[in-house]
Amino acid sequence: MNNIVNIVINDTPLQVAEGTSILHAAKMMNVHIPTLCHHEDLCVAGNCRICVVEVENDPNLVAACATPVRENMHILTNTSKIRTARKHILELLLTEHNINCIKCSHSNSCELQHLALEYRSDEEIFIDLRKPSRTDVSSYAIQKDDSKCIRCTRCVRTCAQLQGVNALTMANKGNLAKMSTFKEKPMAEVVCTNCGQCINRCPTGALTERTYIEDVWNAIYNPKKHVIVQTAPAVRVALGERFGLKSGHRVTGKMVAALRAMGFDSVLDTDWSADLTIMEEGTELLSRLKKVLVDGNTSTVLPMFTSCSPGWIKFVEHIFPEMIPNLSTCKSPQQMFGVLAKTYYAKKKEIDPANIVSVSIMPCTAKKYEANRSEMRDSGFQDVDYVLTTRELASMIQQSGINVLTLKNETYDSVMGESSGAGVIFGATGGVMEAAIRTAYELVTGREVPFDELRITPVRGFDGIKEASLLLENTTEEYRFLEGVELKVAVAHGLANARNLVQAIKDGLVSYHFVEVMACPGGCLGGGGQPIPTNIDIRAKRMDAIYKEDEKMSYRKSHENQEVLTLYEEFLGKPNGELSHKLLHTYYTERNRY
Amino acid sequence: MATELKRTELIFREDIDHSALIRKIMKMGKDSFITELIESGLKGRGGAGFPTGLKWKIVKEDPNPVKYIICNADEGEPGTFKDKEILEKASEKVIWGMALAAYITGAKEGYIYIRAEYKYLSTKLKIAIDRMESHIRTLGINFKLGLIFGAGAYICGEETALIQSMEGRRGEPTNKPPYPVNKGYLDRPTVVNNVETFVNAMIIADIGAEEYRKLGTKASQGSKLFSISGDCSKEGVFELEMGMTVQQFVDEFGDGDTKAVQVGGASGFCVPRKEFKNTIIGFEGVPTGGSMKVFNSSRSMYNILENYLIFFEEESCGQCTPCRVGTQQLLHGIRAVKRKEKPKIYLDELLRLAYTMKYASKCGLGRSVGNAFRSIIENFREEIVY
Repeated sequence: MNNIVNIVINDTPLQVAEGTSILHAAKMMNVHIPTLCHHEDLCVAGNCRICVVEVENDPNLVAACATPVRENMHILTNTSKIRTARKHILELLLTEHNINCIKCSHSNSCELQHLALEYRSDEEIFIDLRKPSRTDVSSYAIQKDDSKCIRCTRCVRTCAQLQGVNALTMANKGNLAKMSTFKEKPMAEVVCTNCGQCINRCPTGALTERTYIEDVWNAIYNPKKHVIVQTAPAVRVALGERFGLKSGHRVTGKMVAALRAMGFDSVLDTDWSADLTIMEEGTELLSRLKKVLVDGNTSTVLPMFTSCSPGWIKFVEHIFPEMIPNLSTCKSPQQMFGVLAKTYYAKKKEIDPANIVSVSIMPCTAKKYEANRSEMRDSGFQDVDYVLTTRELASMIQQSGINVLTLKNETYDSVMGESSGAGVIFGATGGVMEAAIRTAYELVTGREVPFDELRITPVRGFDGIKEASLLLENTTEEYRFLEGVELKVAVAHGLANARNLVQAIKDGLVSYHFVEVMACPGGCLGGGGQPIPTNIDIRAKRMDAIYKEDEKMSYRKSHENQEVLTLYEEFLGKPNGELSHKLLHTYYTERNRY
Repeated sequence: MATELKRTELIFREDIDHSALIRKIMKMGKDSFITELIESGLKGRGGAGFPTGLKWKIVKEDPNPVKYIICNADEGEPGTFKDKEILEKASEKVIWGMALAAYITGAKEGYIYIRAEYKYLSTKLKIAIDRMESHIRTLGINFKLGLIFGAGAYICGEETALIQSMEGRRGEPTNKPPYPVNKGYLDRPTVVNNVETFVNAMIIADIGAEEYRKLGTKASQGSKLFSISGDCSKEGVFELEMGMTVQQFVDEFGDGDTKAVQVGGASGFCVPRKEFKNTIIGFEGVPTGGSMKVFNSSRSMYNILENYLIFFEEESCGQCTPCRVGTQQLLHGIRAVKRKEKPKIYLDELLRLAYTMKYASKCGLGRSVGNAFRSIIENFREEIVY
């Protein structure tokens, strides 16, 4: 229990818990202090110094973000000394910063630009220190432009603290200090998982997604091409933010209408292939359980890890290559969709797959990399041609001149457009697990999961690592070998949590049958391609929206998705069948650790 | 005013039985010695001048069972070489001083963080450490001491950056609070003292606070080693009483044509001739970690300032804006004024920036860059402009 201390901010007394930062205390009384290096999700750095304030009896200014309040502290937040310092600091940052704002894709979310406007920094006081630099475009997903970096280290802290990846780090010192990678290698060659969390937290445009907007427009404008689009579950709960709607406002129908109006030939849903993923992954889990529990097969390992999150996949390949056998061989929903679009869909619609351009709208930057993996060409073509983030879609909608908010709701096309609530919740941490349990439990016992309204609450929420167990009783004939088994599962989101969980599994401290990992905090709803800014409140609202979307669906379980069942009937045969294996499953590669 | 300098011969005195001294302190009791140390007025000899007794007291009173003693031997201030001299000639006293700190505070482990250039001293130090460890064990005190070498960054002389470096991290200062006395090396309470400070603690253990206080002035007690270089009649390391004026110093060490003295190295103050008489070297005037650079009239103050700023531009850790960009702006700024690319009133803008750096920087480095800058610009403006 913290002690309460008495402080005074700008003549107003306030009681706050000891240890609260000045910044936080000021916020509690609606006093705004500008920040740049500070981010709610990250540890305190205190290095940009823009938040300096005056404390009585201290000759120096102190950083509000990094200074805890103490009893009888008198704080001033707007004095001549503070203003001079802040203005100087801002000017100093601007002398290093590439201020070609008009050409910057993060212009609308740039915190430095907002501050420059706030302080009306219209004249250059100091000498231009900008150095020419070349943007690192080696990665399929993430671009790094050092000329826009203000050395706030948010990206470095994101990569280390939230993601435990450490691909980004500060290099050199003094005037040469810069955000860099191991030995300044290109982003494509380092341990980067392409999760894009750094992009979401970069206060400027130093880190951005690699964009494919022009390619997509060109495909749409090309009359010979049949351009189809799939939208991931988490996009619909965040896209509205870019059009002034509150976080968590669902825009599914309007998004579908906009995509159709923009000229996509068919607007389809990744939720559909999420349901398909459950069929494949659930079957794989049950067959692994049988191999281990009944056949005593030693080459089969448990727990099985989910494989929907491409950031997580690359993380395992880099950091825990010895755990690759634990990864489900199922492709992610995006890639299952992609390969079926150019096989099943093409056949059904009688279109030459060579003329199909497959676009996906993702909350994710790692999906851009995933689509470009050489093994993702089982259709005979690149299965998914272009991946756009939620942010890029927003830009395209703006470019198209469509007023998305005035559009009437429309529904997805068929085939590959139908989905269940289980597919929707893939967008939230714990969602894949919940969807899998809803189906697997029913498959094994013939009954619905014993949770009110199918809400499997133990795997929901924002705890870094969640655990649950479920007793399997009165099993059906086929799954009698699971009778009395307590199915143990775990869920982690954010790669730092994943790292801890995998390490604990490796060390034998914990054991599970099935583990879901999402690379991003909160799962896909907090993905690296989502609208900026991000924080826990925004993510919580998006999560609420995901579960609301689930509850409004007429089907809530993946195995009830009629279009998925038709797919098996007409094309694939059965889950984990021969064709499934050829098209829907994949393999992984060990990668370097730097 | 007496013009003669008071020399002292305490630091390099050789007739001390360290082990006996520790026994004496053990008899005296930890609290009494801390009182003694506080009364002696000893302030950290690295330059910042935090009261040593208070530092030890805070660590002693911390209930944490694991504590550390760290000797800061990352001597990097331009023009300072007195720690090297101590480690060469009186390493025993440093090591025993650390043992004393360990005994007082209850630390069981310590490290000497030493700059890589002093690696040649490592054998000598290791022998002395072994001897101290076995001696002190016979007194019932367990204290293990190790050596850690720096990697050449000036900033790692700043105590929190030093600790970061020891922990294998990037050598960058951290936010204060928490201070190392509460949360230092491996998040444990830690005493970080300069080489000379540990020696002074041993001197106080030997002669007592009363004797010690007789040296120096009210604000700056004791004696101090000075690293003297530049245009001087004699150069090297000298032990002098604190509290002399720059005039006294120049009379003794100057070459007869002294224009300015840089007290405290690149992060210290430049004292011009007209201020020699009324500037005291010590915490009441211009503090110094020991560096004294003497410049005669043949020197260009522009070149000196430019040199310092090149040093800072490179040696700033680069994390905080005022220091990283500020140092560059000051350097480019004076060059621009010299080249007439900026008007001479631009120097006033730079002076204001130097104040911002002082107020708003994260650590002592950024806060003190402005010292040399302001004292040179304010006193030798014409040399910068023309």
